[in-house]
Amino acid sequence: MLGILIPAFGMNCIVVDITKNFFELFQLPVSSQVDLGLLSERYRELQKAVHPDRFAADDQRQQRLSAQYAAHVNEAMDTLKSSLKRSIYLLQLAGKPVDMENNTIMDAAFLMEQMELRDRVSEVREHTDPESELEAIIGQVEASIDDYQGSFDGLWQKGDDKSLNEAENIVKKMQFMVKLAAELEQLESELLDD
Amino acid sequence: MSLLQISEPGQTPEPHQQKRAVGIDLGTTNSLVAAVRSGSTGTLADLQGRHILPSVVRYTESGVEVGHDAWAHAVEDSLNTVVSVKRLMGRGLKDVSTLGGVLPYQFVESDSRMPLIQTRQGAVSPVEVSAEILKVLAVRASESLGGELDGVVITVPAYFDDGQRQATKDAAKLAGLHVYRLLNEPTAAAVAYGLDEAAEGVIAVYDLGGGTFDISVLRLNKGVFEVMATGGDSALGGDDFDRVLAGWILDQAGVGHDALESSSHRAVMIEARRVKEALTDNEVVVASHGDWSGEVSRTQFDELVEPLVAKTLRSFKRALRDAGVKAPDVQEVIMVGGSTRVPLVCEKVAELAGKRPLTSIDPDRVVAMGAARQANALAGNKSADEMLLLDVIPLSLGLETMGGLMEKVIHRNTTIPVSRAQEFTTYKDGQAAMAVQVLQGERELVNDNRSLARFELRGIPPLPAGSAKIRVTFQVDADGLLSVSAEELSTGVSSSIVVKPSYGLSDDEITRMLRDSQSSAVADRDARKLREQEVEADRLSDALTIALETDGEALLNEEEFNALVVELRSLKVVRDSGDADAIKVEIEKVAKASDAFAARRMNQGIRNALSGHKIDEFKES
Repeated sequence: MLGILIPAFGMNCIVVDITKNFFELFQLPVSSQVDLGLLSERYRELQKAVHPDRFAADDQRQQRLSAQYAAHVNEAMDTLKSSLKRSIYLLQLAGKPVDMENNTIMDAAFLMEQMELRDRVSEVREHTDPESELEAIIGQVEASIDDYQGSFDGLWQKGDDKSLNEAENIVKKMQFMVKLAAELEQLESELLDD
Repeated sequence: MSLLQISEPGQTPEPHQQKRAVGIDLGTTNSLVAAVRSGSTGTLADLQGRHILPSVVRYTESGVEVGHDAWAHAVEDSLNTVVSVKRLMGRGLKDVSTLGGVLPYQFVESDSRMPLIQTRQGAVSPVEVSAEILKVLAVRASESLGGELDGVVITVPAYFDDGQRQATKDAAKLAGLHVYRLLNEPTAAAVAYGLDEAAEGVIAVYDLGGGTFDISVLRLNKGVFEVMATGGDSALGGDDFDRVLAGWILDQAGVGHDALESSSHRAVMIEARRVKEALTDNEVVVASHGDWSGEVSRTQFDELVEPLVAKTLRSFKRALRDAGVKAPDVQEVIMVGGSTRVPLVCEKVAELAGKRPLTSIDPDRVVAMGAARQANALAGNKSADEMLLLDVIPLSLGLETMGGLMEKVIHRNTTIPVSRAQEFTTYKDGQAAMAVQVLQGERELVNDNRSLARFELRGIPPLPAGSAKIRVTFQVDADGLLSVSAEELSTGVSSSIVVKPSYGLSDDEITRMLRDSQSSAVADRDARKLREQEVEADRLSDALTIALETDGEALLNEEEFNALVVELRSLKVVRDSGDADAIKVEIEKVAKASDAFAARRMNQGIRNALSGHKIDEFKES
């Protein structure tokens, strides 16, 4: 029996008997694509069943238990709704945990592209129209995340060992882009606040 | 298997009876308590028919005055009269000195670095001052509802950090209240407008109170609230409007700002507040200070406060951006807080949102009324299916890593409760200990963020640098309160703390204050301790009784069922023993015995939550 060890909201640890993976928990097919509308709907129904607010007048033990379940459902939601986290999770389910620390297998073309993008980002403030320049870069980064998601979908569907290894590489590239997108968002807030 | 009779004849427990639950808006300037009675929600008045309790506490020669009486002496006895104490909650001395300039109190630092206010009764902490306000509201509520309160919901600004939330909860503990939940004020306001039942879509709550500004963007869908983003400023509010106007009055009167006695400082602030309020309905108001008097027009006032209003609008825009929505997507804007009565505020918000904001519920009472509705639901007086509030943490939480950088473990706007672990390693060969510095904030550098706590993990086995694996786990509960634990994975050496903010009270201090605040008679202390255990025993016994009635037959075999019935009976016997320690032991025993049952019920809850789908989908196909 699989059990997911969740640190308790108290002193001891309790094994929450959730033998399902995140997809099964939400009664969704194990897939690289997720119906986000359905995901949110199921999420709300699950939280209505387990959220600590349902047990606020109960004893402390029950409140701790419900906090663990609610945290687990939140974690599942957080994983499934993001295409990057979902992809990493899928590879882990397939027995191919992604080693995010190890980036040695990045190809030269990708690294060049990253450097060019980062150069462009560092010059945004000096640009004649920083806001539209930033928007253009964000557009490019988002498009490239979508491309990677597409490639991942294809490789995941093939499902053979070679494809999954290639999918791991794609996930790492996606990770770079997602990080960059977060930095761009931060930069955008700063620009708008200036 | 037959359902056993759980209660003794003639002693039927009544777990389904209505609980006395209230909502409390513990405000910077004013506080209120509200309740749902016979289905309608209203704020509760004192014996003189006054609903609002000024959040003012005065330490007199003989005791403590709270509210209107204290406020009446605010000028003549300013050193012993504490106003706007909410601004000091969970803050350090350094923060306090940067809070809007001149505060008329003398501060002293406590052992836990919390600033204490020097009064004629000695030094008091902001937590103790807040507890005095809560006690008065609780007495009022008990009298109105005819008995001891079962639980309360207390509202806090969505922007409150961990320390400020913890301080609020500590104040409730000190006042002897059971807190069902700390609820974000803007969420409470939306609940008050009944937007949890019918509406769907994005709503914004613009809350400009006396001392804090909060902006929240919420999404409502089928009775579920999701906080999409929060923002604001925990040091901006109507008091600042008063302060700029007071500054202007002093300039006009030709009086220097620095040389002011604390009493005349208070006097000019009160005058500024009066003028501000009068300008809501009048174009021109006469102001006076000492020998000076002169006219203030609304246009002049608008010019003075415009930069403050503009600051709130920037936060508003940022929150919309964080939520990923544009202004036209916002269906409703709810106005909360007395300062939204300033006409300029309403105009500017309407301009930004492109629609008239909602103002039909008194902006001073709307938060307390929402809290009362939520308290009523949490107490179980109302079917829990109707409403669910999903909240987020307002600020990112993380750790200090090499080079003075903050590594975020939980990002802001993450839905709570949440539990997240991150692994770290050692940077020196044979490193035996690791300091864990817990941080809150959005900035990259440690020094730009707020340090919440610091603890050490010792006893790491001697390993080469980078080989030890230390897992640090952050957990944030449904009230937004953090606990952190660290564990070395190869040896299982662990260390954990419930984060007590750097400026919070230690548990020892709370215990001491509880002792001091009761009359120090041993009998009183024991009675209180016993009462606490009895209440917890009743909670467990009610919950287990209902659980056995609804799911006992389905989820337990006969032997398990009977064993729990025996436990329940024994809990009921010990509960009436009058022995606090024995009850405590019994509670732990029964809770442990029913752990597996509780987990099965949760798992069943998960299955049932989604089981409707399969049936629907089956029918359709």
